[in-house]
Amino acid sequence: MTSTESTVGPEPAGSPSGSRAEGPVAASPAAMSAARLAYWSVQRELWENRWIYLVPLIVAAVFLLGFVTGVARIPIPFPIPHKITASHSLSRLLEAPFDFASMVLMLTYVIVAVIYCLAALHAERWDRSILFWKSLPVSDLMTVLAKASVPVVLLPLIAFALIIATHIAMLLVGTAVLTGRGAHVTEIWGQIPFLSMWGALLYHLLSVHALYYTPFYGWMLLVSGWARRAAFLWASLPIAAVIIVEKLVFDTSVFGHMLLSRLAGGPGAIAFPRHGDMPMQAPTLANLSAFLSSPGLWIGLAVFAAFLAGAVWLRRRQGPI
Amino acid sequence: MSVIEARGLRKKYGTTVALDGIDLNIEAGRILGLIGPNGAGKSTALNSILGLIPYEGQLSVLGRDPWGSRDELMREVSFIADVAVLPRWLRVSQALEYVAGVHPRFDRAKAESLLARTSIRRGSRVRELSKGMVTQLHLALIMAIDARLLVLDEPTLGLDILYRKQFYDALLTDYFDHSRTIVVTTHQVEEIQNVLTDFMFINDGRIVLSCSMEEFETRYAEVTVHQEQLAAARELAPIDERQVFGRSTLLFDRADRGQLEQFGAVRTPSIADLFVAIVGKAQAARQAGRARA
Repeated sequence: MTSTESTVGPEPAGSPSGSRAEGPVAASPAAMSAARLAYWSVQRELWENRWIYLVPLIVAAVFLLGFVTGVARIPIPFPIPHKITASHSLSRLLEAPFDFASMVLMLTYVIVAVIYCLAALHAERWDRSILFWKSLPVSDLMTVLAKASVPVVLLPLIAFALIIATHIAMLLVGTAVLTGRGAHVTEIWGQIPFLSMWGALLYHLLSVHALYYTPFYGWMLLVSGWARRAAFLWASLPIAAVIIVEKLVFDTSVFGHMLLSRLAGGPGAIAFPRHGDMPMQAPTLANLSAFLSSPGLWIGLAVFAAFLAGAVWLRRRQGPI
Repeated sequence: MSVIEARGLRKKYGTTVALDGIDLNIEAGRILGLIGPNGAGKSTALNSILGLIPYEGQLSVLGRDPWGSRDELMREVSFIADVAVLPRWLRVSQALEYVAGVHPRFDRAKAESLLARTSIRRGSRVRELSKGMVTQLHLALIMAIDARLLVLDEPTLGLDILYRKQFYDALLTDYFDHSRTIVVTTHQVEEIQNVLTDFMFINDGRIVLSCSMEEFETRYAEVTVHQEQLAAARELAPIDERQVFGRSTLLFDRADRGQLEQFGAVRTPSIADLFVAIVGKAQAARQAGRARA
């Protein structure tokens, strides 16, 4: 038994060894650029999670099918309800299926984002592949950032592109069906303010879904890096516990209201029209400045950063489960 | 320069001591086998070296602190930790693209030519490959990386003997040159005995024996002794004695070969037998002590 140093190799420790093939100061090979590592890290997420764009595509396809069936059954000529006289109300009526498409696909996006985040740092530990990923020169920070970029950057853009594509498909299919049935479509579609609708949509996705919801994504990523199983429960139970304890101890519900107001989108949100309201407006500079100057945005981003830092800390230490 | 240098390397999990102050110094160009019973601290030692876990004490791998800079270290260090860690959804072509994308020292053409020798198809997903093929794929990826240190933690566990043989053959003929260093742990010690240049026995978080193969071959000797000569042979203080088919085989440390030869043919023992003699005895003694207590 020995506790003295074990030297493997022909020379004892400390002896000169300049004759080795690799000199003592062999230069470290250059790293790949951060942009390149980021690209491949995100590519990996897309390979691993093809469902994050396939599921919304299927939802959009199903929606289109329903739309076609609906359009095929509209009575011609297009009935204008008697109580609607003002032109904006008519356009509102025409716009409804398009708004509905946006809402269905945005809801799909939110569900996809939740499922993705809760699995993001869990799946690689579950299938032990974390040992393979960690054998490559990609930092834990890069990995976590790539995963966080999916709900924050990629999914909103995918949702936006898909919604626009769905709208265009609706226009084409609707035109084909209605023209076939002898209706004049130009005046119908002419009533819908597509550009401002799409502007509002993009603004809503980027401000609310991408930026204002970041604390939720960060929290779920953190839990996915920590929970051994049942990530969904670990993500939701502490929140429920805080709400319940706060209610019992202080008889207040500040935390719950805070979460609800964040879900509602804070100052970034443009209210979706209720029946008979004004159509959704394009964002104005006033919207933007109110959003950018709201403390809620910046506090949320700070919380997001803290959660991500925690996720990086965990990823560094965690192995397979 | 040392490839791996450790001083007082310690690691505790709660109250369990996994590494109890290890000092080691591994030079370039060696193939070191790390041998120990389950739970001896082999994987903990390797995980520390690879920057996968934090540790106490000093550790330097290729001049770097592994825990502080795993991603930088991985430009020059490769590892296969356990079989079948390639993600099941990954396609062979994606694996090649990804590693080429993130690794500055990956030679894609070499990986392709290594894969061409196997029956693995580019479009297959890992989940469609047999366990042996997954290992072939992983090995092809790793061998195409121009690393200075390769760490293999049970790389052939659960593979049949043909794949195991192929694995080490490929490693020796197409990968190893004397500027690289390989550290390997395995339970199939006999299979890698002639691959190694050095080996270490680890038990209870400590290095029990560290030995080069040259030293091993001159220092340890084994001789099978007839019953009537047994008493005389025991006089030479064998470190282990085992019975095979009614004859005793005695294992000696630093005994005089000339003296041993009077009892029969003197052989170099297998590392496995030496391991049983040194580590097995220590464990048995400890267990007996525990039973008495």
